[in-house]
Amino acid sequence: MQEQIIETQQLQKTFKVRNRRGQVQYLEAVNDISLHVEAGEIFGFLGPNGAGKSTTLRMLTTLLPPTGGQARIAGYDLLREPDRVREHIGYVSQAGGVDKHATGRENLLLQAQLYGMSYREALKRTNEVLSLLEMEKIADLFARMYSGGQRRRLDLGLGIVHRPLLLFLDEPTTGLDPQSRSQLWEEVRRLRALGTTIFLTTHYLEEADFLADRLAIIDGGRIVAEGTPDGLKQQISGDIITVNLNISAGDFQRAQEVLHGLAFVRALHLVQRPEMSQGDEKQLHIHVDHGEKRLPAVLRLLDQADLGVLTIGVVHPTLDDVFLRQIGRSLREASPLC
Amino acid sequence: MRKLVRDTRLLFQRSLMYTLRNLVWVLLGLFQPVLYLLLFAPLLNGLHAPAVTQSDALESFVPGLLVMMALFSTAFAGFNIIEDLQGGVVERLSVTPVSRLALLFGMILRDLLIFLIQGALLLLVGTLMGMYISLPGIFLLSGLMILIGTLVTSFSYGIALYLKDGTILSIALTTITQPLLLLSGVLLPLTLAHGTLRTLALLNPFAHAVDAARTLTSGQISDPSIWQSFVIFALLTLCSTTWTMHIFRRAMA
Repeated sequence: MQEQIIETQQLQKTFKVRNRRGQVQYLEAVNDISLHVEAGEIFGFLGPNGAGKSTTLRMLTTLLPPTGGQARIAGYDLLREPDRVREHIGYVSQAGGVDKHATGRENLLLQAQLYGMSYREALKRTNEVLSLLEMEKIADLFARMYSGGQRRRLDLGLGIVHRPLLLFLDEPTTGLDPQSRSQLWEEVRRLRALGTTIFLTTHYLEEADFLADRLAIIDGGRIVAEGTPDGLKQQISGDIITVNLNISAGDFQRAQEVLHGLAFVRALHLVQRPEMSQGDEKQLHIHVDHGEKRLPAVLRLLDQADLGVLTIGVVHPTLDDVFLRQIGRSLREASPLC
Repeated sequence: MRKLVRDTRLLFQRSLMYTLRNLVWVLLGLFQPVLYLLLFAPLLNGLHAPAVTQSDALESFVPGLLVMMALFSTAFAGFNIIEDLQGGVVERLSVTPVSRLALLFGMILRDLLIFLIQGALLLLVGTLMGMYISLPGIFLLSGLMILIGTLVTSFSYGIALYLKDGTILSIALTTITQPLLLLSGVLLPLTLAHGTLRTLALLNPFAHAVDAARTLTSGQISDPSIWQSFVIFALLTLCSTTWTMHIFRRAMA
């Protein structure tokens, strides 16, 4: 069994706040957060803004004491040995925390030394990190002059300079242009290849889908779904095979009869495609468990029945569909800035 | 303990590097006292009767300016931490195993260093203008200034971390420092004050500091006002730094 680098049991955080009238109110930010992360994987924490992602992350990185529950991180008890936890984790917050009045190199040097490296070790490691992140050319510029993407790379550098076992990334690509975003995704994958476990929070579906080996979906302070991206999507609706046939309605009847008999077909719908103007082009939606696997059989059957297939395709459910099913609303609706 | 010393040194170097790259602020801190010295001090000759030497007037004024500088040039140190706080630097440092108080101590040491340099320069200008000060006097005066500097800086950082906002901090610090300055006898001797004003001045530790500083400058190092001031400020500094340490520990989890 693989070693679990994060293990939490019913983590909870309730804030005590004073409302306008001076009365004390209890605001439950997160509750019953029980999750586990295997060493060497990328774990995604997906949810809309305000769901409790950052609160959970701040608890796991020792910034916020939980009001309930327990956690073991990198082998140490979060509540009893926070200092030991800090030695083995890296954290890249949304703000980054770069010292803008120093150069990139100076930032990395100080960070390395704060983790206990000697000056010489720090110098060597700083050069390694600069090379890894392709920042040699801008290393000696003041950090305040960096572009958004460059600053994010420095943020990442500060998080990995001490070679942590576990790296926490809080919304790493928010505000980045598409190119910087892809670059950062590549860095993250490279880090995993080097053996770092990564825990990242995001409200971007594509990011969770692309990067995460496993993920948990959080909404309203609770985990509502957990699993691999594909696994979650499969649970929901399976795939849709879309077939465009240029025939009259009568043949659709025949197509439906032919396909209905198949065990893996869950449903059949005839859909009028608005964009198509030529003739009788309607689209047949065949709901199956696994699109690519079933495609050859469907094609063969339709062919045998002498039905003219114009185009055929597979539509996969998205994490948004997962979200919709679990929470009753779309992630895109919940986060208008996505 | 060794870790605290090492971490403090690292963060002191960081703060110092920032200051060296922005020396204009250091010079500005020196500007006001030197200006007062050059333009205001000569006017004081007329207030003393019988007429005294330039040296005597300076001996009365310069120590006061030193205390004023201790109050003003260090009072706004808190702004350094506001920038770090808002930029996420404090949070980033909190996740590292760095000693929780290293950031505070590193910044205070930097502020004290700058203040001592500024003070030395001020005394130099005063001496060039004709002021005389004894050597034991300088030694004890430095000690008192270090205490006052630590008090004001640590209080400034504490309040800054508590308020977390630059505008409110500015108002708070100005509201606190202005009355302290006016009631300290720096600008004009408090012998001119009557009644309530006089009582308020006696409650102002900085008025005592000014007295002590003047006494030390004139060479009377065994005067009771001196050890009284040391005790007052030692206690105040202890309270202030303890409070600020508590605020820092809480802020860095």
